[in-house]
Amino acid sequence: MKYTEEHEWLRTDGDIVVVGITEHAAEQLGDVVFVELPEPGTQVTKDDEVVVIESVKAASDILAPVDGEIVEVNEALAEDPGKVNEDAEGNAWFFKMKLDDPSQMDEFMDEAAYKKFIG
Amino acid sequence: MPQGIRRRDNDLRPKDRGGINSVANLAAMDGAGCSDVTGETTRGGAVSDLKRTDLYDLHLELGAKMVPFAGYEMPVQYPMGVLKEHIHTREKAGLFDVSHMGQVIIRPKAGDVADAAVAFESLVPVSVLGLKEGRQRYAMFTNDAGGIMDDLMIANRGDHLFVVVNAACKDADLAHMKTHLADTCEVEMLEDRALLALQGPDAEAALARIAPGVRDMRFMDVAILPSAFGELWVSRSGYTGEDGFEISVQSTQAVEFSRTLLADDRVAPIGLGARDSLRLEAGLCLYGHDIDESTSPVEAALEWAIQKVRRKGGAREGGFPGSDRILDELENGAARRRVGILPDGRAPMREDTELFETEDAKQAAGVVTSGAYGPTIKRPMSMGYVPTALSGAGTTVFGEVRSKRMPAAIAEMPFRPSTYKR
Repeated sequence: MKYTEEHEWLRTDGDIVVVGITEHAAEQLGDVVFVELPEPGTQVTKDDEVVVIESVKAASDILAPVDGEIVEVNEALAEDPGKVNEDAEGNAWFFKMKLDDPSQMDEFMDEAAYKKFIG
Repeated sequence: MPQGIRRRDNDLRPKDRGGINSVANLAAMDGAGCSDVTGETTRGGAVSDLKRTDLYDLHLELGAKMVPFAGYEMPVQYPMGVLKEHIHTREKAGLFDVSHMGQVIIRPKAGDVADAAVAFESLVPVSVLGLKEGRQRYAMFTNDAGGIMDDLMIANRGDHLFVVVNAACKDADLAHMKTHLADTCEVEMLEDRALLALQGPDAEAALARIAPGVRDMRFMDVAILPSAFGELWVSRSGYTGEDGFEISVQSTQAVEFSRTLLADDRVAPIGLGARDSLRLEAGLCLYGHDIDESTSPVEAALEWAIQKVRRKGGAREGGFPGSDRILDELENGAARRRVGILPDGRAPMREDTELFETEDAKQAAGVVTSGAYGPTIKRPMSMGYVPTALSGAGTTVFGEVRSKRMPAAIAEMPFRPSTYKR
């Protein structure tokens, strides 16, 4: 598992990367009440805004961590956004991407580095 | 909110630009239309400028997240979280610290409360003389242009009036009252009393353990009740749409009084976050957002607060600031109107969302002034202003959310029926 400074977790499976937000992020956001997911098949570049997530407090974006194609989205989150708070690092993944360039994964933090990052 | 999970600019309230912490966003809920002392203070780290209520240490002990609000450090949420705090208040009872609000005594110099009532009527479009002893009503200070300077609660307590005003406006309100009431009244802002709200279906039972007399009160009654914590000044009212009470207690007794209430399993502490979603479900205005100096009481759909006796043809017609405009609007309506708005989809339409008459209209017809997810109604809800022609319940409007026009229906408020004990 890798982590971004944008508080995403990334789990790779071959050239597919599964993207979610960390428990720390979910806790900071507060109760999530709305999730807008991208269309599968969308080609995105790193830092594109791909998901809108709204909590009881505010709206936020989740950015594409790498270049690639959105291949699958977790429709269950649109139906039940509260899952993000219940199971942020488990079943509440947001989307799966097909990586254009696997070397882009090298820059991300491991768990120890992320824990240090959030202090 | 963590850096990086980016706050959307279009949802940032004007005062909050540059804030990356979503909790700071809630601080900006404060009445922006008044002295606007809030919010900015802590961005630079100067927390010391902020005032604290008598319950500050208790909030920290209870695990509250504190934010700047109206010049005070206030709890925005406790560990339970906004959603559960909201639900808890609707199902059991929630305890709110509202000590930042201004508590003002208006005492007639000649001893006759009618003098104070008549004088106060020169500032509000409301019948104060008609307010019976032991009763409270909603009112608003108007300005010469017919806008709302603040909204407030006023009670007749026999030989004086008791007024509760919004925190962000309280200094301006005090000066306003002193200027205009000085001939006949002593006006005093109380600095030695905390103010708490206990709201929800179990509020009566929980408070009755301390002051059994609350059982005899009905909605908008006020009473001074003896207790183990000194005199409690109680009103059966609140800001959630629930049955409940607001209780003024001596500062020195406030912590023990609160602890005693919180020791009741039915009572949980509730922060400003849930207070906002509760009041919005109840269709109640937040000063500085849904009403301000640019909105008249008629535009704001608050005609119900203006009794016949102050309207055209009434025995005490007019005689308050902006009466020309307000009396005219009471007869003929206003060009725009505050309405409830229910988005068709799940996306909340938040404050400042522009409203359009059609999906492709070029010019915005109105704007959202409050918007959030309603935990009890389990859907997003907003209130805002639209042209009166579009204000009928069921009318479709389009809110522009992230550059997309999303349909929404004008709706009656409250969104969730209130449960006042009338």
